[in-house]
Amino acid sequence: MKFTLSWLKEHLETDASLETIVDTLTRIGLEVEGVENAAEKLAPFVIGEVLTADRHPQADKLQVLSVDVGQSEPVQVVCGAPNARAGLKGVFGPPGAYVPGSDLTLKVAAIRGVESRGMMCSVRELELGEDHDGIIELPQDAPVGAAYAGWAGFDDPVIDVAITPNRQDAMGVHGIARDLAAAGLGVLKPVQADQIKGFFPCPVEIRTDDPEGCPAFYGRVVRGISNGASPAWLQRRLTAVGQRPISALVDMTNYIMLGYGRPLHVYDLARLQGALVARKARTGEELLALNGKTYRLDRSMTVIADDAHVHDIGGIMGGEFSGVSETTTDILIECAYFEPENIARTGQKLALASDARSRFERGVDPAFLETGLQLATMMAVELGGGEPSEIVKAGTPPEPAKTIEYRPGRTAELAGVGVAEDRQKEILHRLGFGVTGEAIWSVKVPSWRRDMDGSADIVEEVVRIEGLDCVPSTPLPREPGVARPTATPEQLVERRARRAAAARGLNEAVTWSFISEAEAAPFGGSPWILANPISEEMKAMRTSLLPGLLSAANRNIARGASSSRLFEVGRRYLADTERPTLALILAGNSEGRHWRTGRPRPFEAYDAKAEALAILAAAGAPVENLQILDGVSATYHPGRSARLGLGAKNVLAEFGELHPATLKAFDLDGPVVAAEIFLDAIPQKRGSGHRRALYAPPPLQAVTRDFAFLLPLEARADALLRAVRGADRNLIADVTLFDIFTGPGVAEGHKSVALEVILQPGEKSFTDEDLKQLSEKIVTAAAKAGARLRD
Amino acid sequence: MSDLEIMQSDWLARIDAAADLPALETERVAALGKQGAITQLLKTLGGMTPDERQAQGPRIHALREKVAEALSARRAVLEAAQLESKLATETLDMTLPVSTGPQGSVHPVSQVMDELAEIFADLGFSVANGPEIEDQWYNFTALNMPESHPARAMHDTFYLTAPEGEEAKVLRTHTSPVQVRTMTSQKPPIRIIAPGRTYRSDSDATHTPMFHQVEGLVIDRGIHMGHLKWTLETFLKAFFERDDIVLRLRPSYFPFTEPSAEVDVGYTVQNGRRVLGGSEGWMELLGSGMVHPRVIAACGLDPDEYQGFAFGCGIDRLAMLKYGMDDLRAFFDGDLRWLRHYGFASLAIPTLSGGVGA
Repeated sequence: MKFTLSWLKEHLETDASLETIVDTLTRIGLEVEGVENAAEKLAPFVIGEVLTADRHPQADKLQVLSVDVGQSEPVQVVCGAPNARAGLKGVFGPPGAYVPGSDLTLKVAAIRGVESRGMMCSVRELELGEDHDGIIELPQDAPVGAAYAGWAGFDDPVIDVAITPNRQDAMGVHGIARDLAAAGLGVLKPVQADQIKGFFPCPVEIRTDDPEGCPAFYGRVVRGISNGASPAWLQRRLTAVGQRPISALVDMTNYIMLGYGRPLHVYDLARLQGALVARKARTGEELLALNGKTYRLDRSMTVIADDAHVHDIGGIMGGEFSGVSETTTDILIECAYFEPENIARTGQKLALASDARSRFERGVDPAFLETGLQLATMMAVELGGGEPSEIVKAGTPPEPAKTIEYRPGRTAELAGVGVAEDRQKEILHRLGFGVTGEAIWSVKVPSWRRDMDGSADIVEEVVRIEGLDCVPSTPLPREPGVARPTATPEQLVERRARRAAAARGLNEAVTWSFISEAEAAPFGGSPWILANPISEEMKAMRTSLLPGLLSAANRNIARGASSSRLFEVGRRYLADTERPTLALILAGNSEGRHWRTGRPRPFEAYDAKAEALAILAAAGAPVENLQILDGVSATYHPGRSARLGLGAKNVLAEFGELHPATLKAFDLDGPVVAAEIFLDAIPQKRGSGHRRALYAPPPLQAVTRDFAFLLPLEARADALLRAVRGADRNLIADVTLFDIFTGPGVAEGHKSVALEVILQPGEKSFTDEDLKQLSEKIVTAAAKAGARLRD
Repeated sequence: MSDLEIMQSDWLARIDAAADLPALETERVAALGKQGAITQLLKTLGGMTPDERQAQGPRIHALREKVAEALSARRAVLEAAQLESKLATETLDMTLPVSTGPQGSVHPVSQVMDELAEIFADLGFSVANGPEIEDQWYNFTALNMPESHPARAMHDTFYLTAPEGEEAKVLRTHTSPVQVRTMTSQKPPIRIIAPGRTYRSDSDATHTPMFHQVEGLVIDRGIHMGHLKWTLETFLKAFFERDDIVLRLRPSYFPFTEPSAEVDVGYTVQNGRRVLGGSEGWMELLGSGMVHPRVIAACGLDPDEYQGFAFGCGIDRLAMLKYGMDDLRAFFDGDLRWLRHYGFASLAIPTLSGGVGA
């Protein structure tokens, strides 16, 4: 909300400096967002008189002016304005002056061969209005050479404050003045509203048929009024705060709204037929509003209507049809109370914002209807003459009459700062609260403070005026000893997985939680679609982290990266739950061209497996016990992917090469490999203290034996390895698969798989006989897995 | 000089003159081999009288000993020389570049979240979580924002499509619903922070529709705004690792706190950039306040018994202020160049002893 310093001073008796006022506003919760003084901006512009105006020798539409700017010599100016003529007084900008409306700095220039030493300015060029038909024309008594802004009364700083949604009382200059007075910056001037007598009964019936939406509707008619342009002071003040002057009566309503936070509406009486009634809209009713748009109304909305038309979306915006114009002679002034929640709902439904709505939805002062109407009448008659009728009061405004019980000690308890009782009383009184009682106060809330709810609100009033900077910094009580660990097992899993992935050379990305429906499709779509997405690209909540990573990989490849190792730790949004997940993708080359390794090596599915297992191990998963399972989602290459689980029902990860169809959806050329680790599926070790199982390295040397087995081509290594490991749980310490061979010497349809088995003796060394028996056990176990010792 | 002495100096000279290992071997055989001169000399001991043997024995043995020693000394010299010359042919160009493996990185948002957890753990706060697809009750109603509250409209909320007749869920617009989830699930005293993703339908140079926030909540008996101020000061000083952090609390409005305060942090301008610390100017950094009695009551606690404070702060913003990124949108682009430049080494784990700034 914007207002000017002189406007404020009409409500506040103060000699505080602008700086003090601005600092105080921010300090008491009316945050100043900006201060601007048009006079400073327009400082170089002076009043000039055109002495002569001659045709430009080279251009029909230009004139060469000689302008008296109050210096010894007149200045030559080339000017294209049609109204430039000898004798005209206007606004002159010298070289070096910055013209805000054109965003340029003037300099001496030759225009079509004639030197021009400045510019005569239009209203728009000085950002004083929209008019650009010609240069500014000032009255003949304007003093030549004087600073224009100062003479014209623009030397009035504009203060812009952000009003929080709870402070309906600060939506007018008067309320802001009240706060400043409470903060010790002067004295609030009382509202000067004379009782304007009615000369005749109101000729229009006014009533409210919707006491919920519009509990009170006050109005009166003024006859014989004229509605021309409003006076310069009013136009200037409205323009300064960003309102466009329209006509005296419209400007009057805006002036009172901005001055007192009291919206009004003025109807052209000639356009009304019969009674003017506040009622609920009927389904299908429409209104062409003052902003030129037509709104379709429904039965939840309160309107003002007569026998023929809807004229006003109550408390939000008036209609074009009954709006006042230059030809208006008789008017009806409306001053009503609209129920805030209803205004908010209607405004949201219609997506219609207005100054009136922003005040009614916060809740205007219900005790200010009559005063508001008197102020409006007074000003209307002052500006346009005419005779007012008697006032009609339909309905009654709500009477808040709220009283809050408050212990003065509550301020110290809640805000941590003790404020003397007398001081608290003084603050509350200045803000308009009534205080009675001794130990427990009854604080009567003024009608304009709808936001007051309980004692915490009273504390806030006291401390915001006293100053939050008085609150002393107070240490939180601290438990004795060293701070205890706070991370949960889930948090530890996530941290370990993240750091492990980064340690293995993967770069952590953070990608959007929402993706396009097209990107979600290869992953089975999404159960969560935004109703109001910001764009089609951000519409579906991801059920996998891979789409975001694939898009990122695509962008990186476009930027020339030959290899992307990306991972993300985040949530997947499933129909019933959000699951923490680490996903990674490896795209491009595992190793680039290098003198040691020669040609680049692209990533393959086994790389994804290695990452998955390593990260799972770091996160505490029992990787020794993990089974390799089929049934990977269709995202992956069906023959080059697998799941890792502790049984089919507890899947900890998926990994593999991505399906070419998946890659195609992301414009990627394969192969790209990926893994997803379902962090919440990793079983946590039971807490058994810090002590490890007792262990001493075996004293005797281990024995290594190699075996080569023949297996059918389609057989999986896993079964053989498990079988061999299981051949003797005590003595077989490790089994490594170190070679796979097909070709000469290996039977058709078979492969040779070579294993290195490490045998660890316990108490005494192996005898030849021991080793022979162990080998036989291994071969027997392998046979059960379909393997035959190679001859 | 006796014969033996002549013989010894003769052999030592020959051994010393052997140019390479084969030559030395030849000398060894000539001296100590089966038919070697000294071996032959030893064999003569058998034909001597006991007296002669007693006189000659030690001398001949001493000769053999000396020659054997000389042979092994010379062998060591020659072997060393041979190795040296072999190694001289085995040089590598040690200036050739090698690969140290790919350089991974941790995203700044994750790093800052770890920093927050570390600092607040020392103050006795644990880390809490909540869903991002949230019920309107948790996101708004329980936080004292009934349906028609103007603040609801100000939140630029993303709504999810809902079956007919069911209330639409929202993407949480702030981390404050975790306050409610915490207060409804555990008993005071409560000290938590809740970092996480939040969403608003807002997109421009400084806003992204997804961003990260951290919420703080303390509920206990006798907690007041002075504690809030101290906690924020202590946190920011630790986070930015500066002692000259100055806070300015400004009255403001949030429906779920009363009194409410916007927290500005003082900055100084250094080399044209705003650096936190000092008080040349102020920037808005946090929203905070005393938890509204209605919120405490909505969570099933007695507001006459328990009170406390809450605050909320943008994590991306904290990261930018601390580490100097100037474009929020780049946080979510996954550009490897950016991730490597602004990311953190896996072992740069924030700790109290090692510092929380990497």
